[in-house]
Amino acid sequence: MTSLGKKYVMAVSGLILVGFVIGHMIGNLQMFLHPDWINAYAYKLQNLPYGLLWVVRLVLFAAVVAHIVTAVLLVIENRRARPRGYSVDKPIQSTFASRTMRYSGVILLAFIVFHILHFTTQHVHPEFRDLYRPLEGVPTMHAAYDLLEATGKNNVHDVYSMVAIGFSAQYWYVSLFYVIAMGLLFLHLSHGISSMFQSVGLRNHVWRVRLDRAALVISIALFLGFASIPVAGLLGILPYQDMVQGAYIHTHPTP
Amino acid sequence: MSEKSLNLNLRVWRQKTADAPGEFVTYKLDNVSPDSSFLEMLDLLNEQLIETGEEPVAFDHDCREGICGTCSLTINGIPHGKGRMITTCQLHMRKFEDGETITVEPFRAQPFPVMRDLVVDREPLDKIIQAGGYIEQRVGSAQDANTLPISKEIADKAMDAAACIGCGACVAACPNASAMLFTGAKMSQLNLLPQGQPERYKRAINMVESMDDNGFGNCTNIGECEAACPKGISLDFIAMMNRDYAVAKVKRFFSGAA
Repeated sequence: MTSLGKKYVMAVSGLILVGFVIGHMIGNLQMFLHPDWINAYAYKLQNLPYGLLWVVRLVLFAAVVAHIVTAVLLVIENRRARPRGYSVDKPIQSTFASRTMRYSGVILLAFIVFHILHFTTQHVHPEFRDLYRPLEGVPTMHAAYDLLEATGKNNVHDVYSMVAIGFSAQYWYVSLFYVIAMGLLFLHLSHGISSMFQSVGLRNHVWRVRLDRAALVISIALFLGFASIPVAGLLGILPYQDMVQGAYIHTHPTP
Repeated sequence: MSEKSLNLNLRVWRQKTADAPGEFVTYKLDNVSPDSSFLEMLDLLNEQLIETGEEPVAFDHDCREGICGTCSLTINGIPHGKGRMITTCQLHMRKFEDGETITVEPFRAQPFPVMRDLVVDREPLDKIIQAGGYIEQRVGSAQDANTLPISKEIADKAMDAAACIGCGACVAACPNASAMLFTGAKMSQLNLLPQGQPERYKRAINMVESMDDNGFGNCTNIGECEAACPKGISLDFIAMMNRDYAVAKVKRFFSGAA
């Protein structure tokens, strides 16, 4: 693949991942509403028709793999093109974020792996699999209650408690890692969101300023939106904190 | 104008041949006029070296008025030294402090091997031009220039791209030794104009492939090249190249070619 071919792969896979991350952040903010919201939302995502959940997962996995493999190829080629640097090296106008994409990316990969083991497969806390709570019928946009109540299956996985416990003060280091990782996501995207337009040739000096600013706004919003949840969990100040299941005891050691 | 002369410590890269290892050697140079250019300062250094029987420092230079693109040098980590939109020959010693240590290195990039001291071989840039940085034109009497209308905006943009003097500062400034600013400018100056249209997409593919084949790195859109460019070539031309190449590949795919 040519140099530009690789840049297109980085841009398109990056776009897919940014799209996902924005949707994920908005979905997560339901942690600040009644537990029915996020629990019904999670139930609906887990039970999407036609195996759509796995379609989405496969697309995201393909995007992540493409993004990483291409990045590794680019870094190898770039090192080969510049085997010897300068004894005095002074950046003129490039941003810190733009020069550290490979490092923020590697740490984000470690975060993604941990995050999946934490809340998706729940290998970090296998007890999370036993957390269930009946939907109470609080009005949400998901309309899951009426359907499930009728079939008597409204005792759903308690994602609300899982997240609140996962971020609680006893696991302060987990919350801290999440916040740091979201700081790196901010760095990565403050360059990436504008850079992808340059890579596919949809940017000029006028749009460069606009896209740079838009990238900054989106990355800050993503940081605040994502980081607010581990911070609220750590401080125990979620609006429905008293509804977090208290009987949870961590018995399994971390694998 | 300051009358006070400068006493400098020059940390210069010395390398006898392309294969020799090379090292930094520090020279003291006194009584440098702040009004002299950086190249004139190096001339003074060489006179001093010749007087003491040492080998003078080899460096590239030609027009000394900022239009030929021959002078190079990375000075204190910046190609052509500090100051926007200047070549090394336009860099004046008044920008340096008395007693300052100035580090002078050759442009660093795998496709630009050091030939001697501060001289690098920038021939790979010519190879990229040979791959498509030209138009094919029937010889004979030229048609009247005004029969081919070109809007002012397009003409201005093409002229901005054509300002590239091919010095290689973009490659030298890029941590990946990418030549995309050079290639983007040399491609866009033709692709923007009617005269460049017949070979537009062939040019895009051939120049990008030549750029890769010559061992230049990949663009990470950080913008160091634009900041180092003595002619202020904009990243816009890299975006234009990216777009033309993408369109070229799509056209080629649907034309049934490989």
